[in-house]
Amino acid sequence: MVTLGDYLIVSGILFSIGFAGVMLRRNLIIILMSLEIMLNAANLSLVAFSRFRVQATGLPDYNAQVFVFFIITVAAAEVALGLAILVALFRSRQTTDVKDISSLKF
Amino acid sequence: MSPFLFWIFASLMLVFGAAVVINRNPVASALSLVVSFLGLASLFMSLDAFFIGIIQVLVYAGAVMVLFLFIIMLLDLRAEARRRINWLASAGAIAVALALIPQIFYVVRHFKSAGQSFPPLAQSTTDDVHNIGALLFSNYNLPFQIIGVLVLVATIGVVLLSRREPR
Repeated sequence: MVTLGDYLIVSGILFSIGFAGVMLRRNLIIILMSLEIMLNAANLSLVAFSRFRVQATGLPDYNAQVFVFFIITVAAAEVALGLAILVALFRSRQTTDVKDISSLKF
Repeated sequence: MSPFLFWIFASLMLVFGAAVVINRNPVASALSLVVSFLGLASLFMSLDAFFIGIIQVLVYAGAVMVLFLFIIMLLDLRAEARRRINWLASAGAIAVALALIPQIFYVVRHFKSAGQSFPPLAQSTTDDVHNIGALLFSNYNLPFQIIGVLVLVATIGVVLLSRREPR
């Protein structure tokens, strides 16, 4: 029997994998991918809650699924912008390593 | 969904999610991300969210991944050079990420509904896309239009950013 808690725990582990990726890696492309993983971990728990809160009509709670739809849209826009910034950065600095981009560091 | 299939897809998703972080080669990371998101899409479908599952495959495995691979090929990124790893910083990062997991277990264990399985759904006369679409265009009409403006702004921003600077 799969419970709501199983989905929440899997989503939490996926989130911490993405979090570890953002903290560990220095390649900007991998950091963007890890951000996507974190957003999708949130999506998984939202969809699990949506399925858990069955309405009086016997349908899942679609509010959460609309929210997931918005998150996916924002994530796609974010990836497009992030990669455009990455290309502009690579053009001027020839690097995607965050250690080499520290001119704003205090 | 049977627990067996759930754990297969969940472990597929988690293993390939970890492979994204571990792989040194960006192309291998991007391909692992595709497999991870396919596992996630099947978990969505196991939760009867078929529309979200299909959108996940279309947007991530279709659009976002092609974009990632395109950029990786375009920039001609090789596998990261084996730099000296700052072990202290890496150990700190892993410790913080690992510290999240027991906290999640603790919260889920103290959450009363977490032990319950999912209640059965009624046989619906309308399909998933119809229900979400009706909600999207009635209750969430304003956010929907705002998100349209956001996508437009993102498009303009990308064009502006990737334009070559006039010399």
